[in-house]
Amino acid sequence: MKNVCAGIWILLIICLVCGCSSSGQPVRDETAYQERPQDNENQIVVGFSQVGSESDWRNANSESFRSVFTEENGYYLVFEDAQQKQENQLKAVRDFILQEVDYIVLDPIVETGWDSVLVEAKDAGIPVIIVDRQVKVEDDDLYTCWVGSDFRREGRLAGKWLEKYLESQGRGKDRIRMVTLQGTPGSSPQIGRTKGFASVMKRHKNWEMLEYQSGDFTQAKGQEVMEHFLKTYDGIDVVVSENDNMTFGAVEAIEEAGLTCGPDGDMIVLSFDAVRAALQAMEAGKINADFECNPLLGSMVSDIIHRLERKETVDKIQYVDEQYFDSDMDLSAIMDGRAY
Amino acid sequence: MSKIKKITGQPLFLPIFCMLLVMAVNIFYDLGSGRFAFNFFTVSIRNGVLYGRLIDILNRGSEIAILAIGMTLVVSASAGTDISVGSVMSLTASLCCMLLAGYGVASTNTLAVPLIVGVLAGILLACVCGAFNGFLVAYLNVQPMVATLILFSAARAIGLLLCNNLIVYVRNDAFKFFGGYLGFIPTPIVIAAICIAVVSLVLKRTALGMYIQSVGINKDASRIAGLNSEKIIFLCYIVCGLMAGIAGIVASSRISSADSNNIGLNYELDAILAVALGGNSLGGGKFNLAGSIIGAYTIQAITTTLFALGVSSDQAPVYKAIIVIIIVAIQAPPFNAWVKRLSAKKALAKGGA
Repeated sequence: MKNVCAGIWILLIICLVCGCSSSGQPVRDETAYQERPQDNENQIVVGFSQVGSESDWRNANSESFRSVFTEENGYYLVFEDAQQKQENQLKAVRDFILQEVDYIVLDPIVETGWDSVLVEAKDAGIPVIIVDRQVKVEDDDLYTCWVGSDFRREGRLAGKWLEKYLESQGRGKDRIRMVTLQGTPGSSPQIGRTKGFASVMKRHKNWEMLEYQSGDFTQAKGQEVMEHFLKTYDGIDVVVSENDNMTFGAVEAIEEAGLTCGPDGDMIVLSFDAVRAALQAMEAGKINADFECNPLLGSMVSDIIHRLERKETVDKIQYVDEQYFDSDMDLSAIMDGRAY
Repeated sequence: MSKIKKITGQPLFLPIFCMLLVMAVNIFYDLGSGRFAFNFFTVSIRNGVLYGRLIDILNRGSEIAILAIGMTLVVSASAGTDISVGSVMSLTASLCCMLLAGYGVASTNTLAVPLIVGVLAGILLACVCGAFNGFLVAYLNVQPMVATLILFSAARAIGLLLCNNLIVYVRNDAFKFFGGYLGFIPTPIVIAAICIAVVSLVLKRTALGMYIQSVGINKDASRIAGLNSEKIIFLCYIVCGLMAGIAGIVASSRISSADSNNIGLNYELDAILAVALGGNSLGGGKFNLAGSIIGAYTIQAITTTLFALGVSSDQAPVYKAIIVIIIVAIQAPPFNAWVKRLSAKKALAKGGA
């Protein structure tokens, strides 16, 4: 009896272990790969190594590439999901080189460690387009260009929006006490958004930034840090939160302390990213303005590839168009028209 | 003199002393910045609920305290740590939210299944994870860290699969209860208190606590003495899984969602640290549950204190590390021996004069 029990346990363990190892592998669209028409010379083959599918933003980003790089548009897309692991991405890029794709599009999980694989791509004569996150390499010629968000501009946009809003409220000259929930220290959205907002803040002597503290881009940490802000400072006028998740936590902390936020509340809340749930919160009157981080990079990358095909030069750094949303807009109409 | 010795001789003296030391920093800071000296310790009722930094420490420290209960037992019985608890928390939250929202649904306000089904299924899965770890350690004699490494890396990924790679939001007041308020007290504090009370009662009222220590001190001798060592180790891991499950539900309810990538991230390290700060040996054997729980709240007290002092978050880990080193050093046997020698010398000098 004991032996049978042990046998069943061992079987279960083997199943589990096998399950783990297969889940760690990058997901590849095998069927699409096999159906690839070998004889079609006009098709442009693009290999795209995506970070993962950890958020709605990421899924909208992937979908944008899938919808632009279609066979009707003259592309063949090889899509690799790296599931948050750099080694999967390194392998994906090496596979692209072996498959002799025409272009490699890479959304790097981390900034460093790309030199050798990019040299291999360059030696093979395949142009590499970096999207969204950035890479740090010795020689910038290793990649063709970078496409993504201008976080500094997002920060400036937030500052200018606040400038206008306070003016319209007749508080342009009042003393304004602010706090900032920062993203993970050192990440590019954190640096860009903080610096961008600070550049506008410099022009206003009456704006006082009480404290910067990191909420690590997560809701739980955002709530904890906001609780701390509320206990340390009285009469906070503005909360700048560097992503939507932290904003959700901050709003909760504010409401638990018996205060209100949003257009009709005690505090002005500025947020970044503009995911659907944040726009819903804005509709409910809890967020004043949200500054978009646009995931729809597919068509821009497609334009770049077309220009490269015509042997034109392209700019090294290209920013995607981004806008903002505030509570005065028709939010339900905006949400209907958005993919994420 | 003998009274002082009696107090300092208590096994819980050092952990409590360290926690008070951490909190005392705030008195000086508040005085220095011209505020009321006990500003940090003021607890009031605001918006109908308890409000204050002490409440924050108790509230935010709940998950670590709950995890520390299970971790203490595991460390004691198997002389090893369960590093999968953080991932199991995330897995529990994922299953619970997935059931409550329905598979593939990213956001919901209404529950797809009764609340109790989702919560119990999540906790049950956590117990299964604990049983899996326990089986590997107790019956297959795999080293605890290696055995729990499997779920450490796999549980989070399984959670992501369950949630279809999405952050599942369950914005429902009934689900919010576990991370919200019970009357005017934050529910996590109550849940942690119940867990602590139940486990310590079981350990006190039955011989289980003694059995666990005896297995931890010498597994073979315990077996010869008639204890089923394997079964006891197995049981400890199940309790550890159960506690991780409860902590996972609390963490998930706090943010009304299952954020698989972030729930319980690095919590296993804090739970192990709590056990160590509580004056327990990571080598197994004798344990002090109260010490671990005090250790857990000390960790949260450090975090909250650093916030209150306005230490910027990129420097905070450095200060945290320094404080932890000091606390561990104070509790180290050579340091104790040195203090004893010093006081003996003093007594001798006095006697000589």
